[in-house]
Amino acid sequence: MSEKKNWMPRWFYQLASPRWSYEIMGKLLPGFAVAAFLFLIAGTVWALLFAPPEAYQGNSYRIIYIHVPSALLAQSCYMMMAIAGAIGLIWKMKVADMVAKSCAPIGATMAVLALATGAIWGKPTWGSWWVWDARLTSMLILLFLYLGVIALYSAIENEAMAAKSAAVLALVGLVNIPIIKYSVDWWNTLHQPATFKLTERPAMVPEMWLPLLVMVIGFYCFFAVSLMMRTRNEILVRERRASWVKELVEKQ
Amino acid sequence: MGRIVTNESANSEASSVLSLFGAVLKRDLMLAYRKKSDLFNPLIFFLMVATLFPLGVSPEPDFLAQIAPGVVWVAALLATLLSMESVFKSDFEDGTLEQTLLSPQPLFVIVLAKVLAHWMMSGLPLTLLAPLLAVMLFLPAEGMSGLMLSLLIGTPTLSLVGAIGAALTVGLRKGGVLISLLVLPLYIPVLIFGTSAVQAAVTGLPLAGFFALLGAILALGLVLAPLAISAALRISVSG
Repeated sequence: MSEKKNWMPRWFYQLASPRWSYEIMGKLLPGFAVAAFLFLIAGTVWALLFAPPEAYQGNSYRIIYIHVPSALLAQSCYMMMAIAGAIGLIWKMKVADMVAKSCAPIGATMAVLALATGAIWGKPTWGSWWVWDARLTSMLILLFLYLGVIALYSAIENEAMAAKSAAVLALVGLVNIPIIKYSVDWWNTLHQPATFKLTERPAMVPEMWLPLLVMVIGFYCFFAVSLMMRTRNEILVRERRASWVKELVEKQ
Repeated sequence: MGRIVTNESANSEASSVLSLFGAVLKRDLMLAYRKKSDLFNPLIFFLMVATLFPLGVSPEPDFLAQIAPGVVWVAALLATLLSMESVFKSDFEDGTLEQTLLSPQPLFVIVLAKVLAHWMMSGLPLTLLAPLLAVMLFLPAEGMSGLMLSLLIGTPTLSLVGAIGAALTVGLRKGGVLISLLVLPLYIPVLIFGTSAVQAAVTGLPLAGFFALLGAILALGLVLAPLAISAALRISVSG
């Protein structure tokens, strides 16, 4: 037998312990919550009151400050779900499974938010609530992928089995996302000669994209907060038979 | 522990993998042949779905010709989904699947053979039946070769991806609707390239690009999907 190599940092193994993860998330939560609150408030005020109006769209473009962060988050949340699922499959880490499970509803909500704000923005700019634009269609398909994962979670009663199955599905989806993205982009250029060219937005001025950046950071902090809260709940539910959870509940 | 692999043993290994593949394929085909309703129901469904469009939308030949590629492809996709649930179901119920997983044979090969058998019982007949639908929907004759070829290259991918959904839901009592939910979003690229190929054939544009893309997706599916199917089967059976 060769010597065991420790090529993974220690904190990675520690994350495998539900109790340790619960505690570390409890310590991180307040910081992220304060940051999310400050960034979102500052970004919203800056975006709605101080950013200049757009030359063609006037003030209606300001919905971008919700639309873009939610769309970004919807995509990165899927990545996170698939990676957490893979870690759960490979290292058999319960906490990773719980993180993946907590990601799904948040990502689906963000996808719905991105679609809804896109539709509201589309009405004044394009004149209709929905166009079969490549980006909108990809986001809709991403929402379908999320809904599939959530449906699979709720269909399987055994928690460990549900987590593994959903992880496989999320990974299959991850391989498919670039293929879907390119095929939809190409389909759009084939079927719809560029009527609406939103995809090639003119370069924004710093006064406009700086608040956007603040909003994006705020959204990510908010995502971290809600993910940690969901995961902590999930840990308590799944570890309800563990003595430390019983002690914790009794102390309350 | 280095095992010495001589030329001879490598040869015999390759031939045993092939004979395993052949045995599984033969068994599944035989089972499908003995239970003919499973074979014909998706085909009848395929025909019925395509009949609904002239009734529901418009019987105008010009209009039908325009939507024909999409209708045939969507009908093929739904028919494949309909037949998907049965791929692993009976094996799961009578315990064959569990024995298969316990056996020392490579699961990748077994799964691939099962998917091939499924395709020969669903995708291939659908492809052969497609010209009938195309005539019913007034697809111009130039589009026929594009339709057949795109179905021939595209339907194996549908079987491969669908089998992932079937493997994930095989242990559940009501897997049917769930398979559709899981798998339909993943079918979208095949649908797009398949219908685009037919439309290109109708308008006389070059087709090779679409077939290359469908072939690339199929190649990717052939390599990766059996891995996902095997993993999903192991999860479903162990639970």
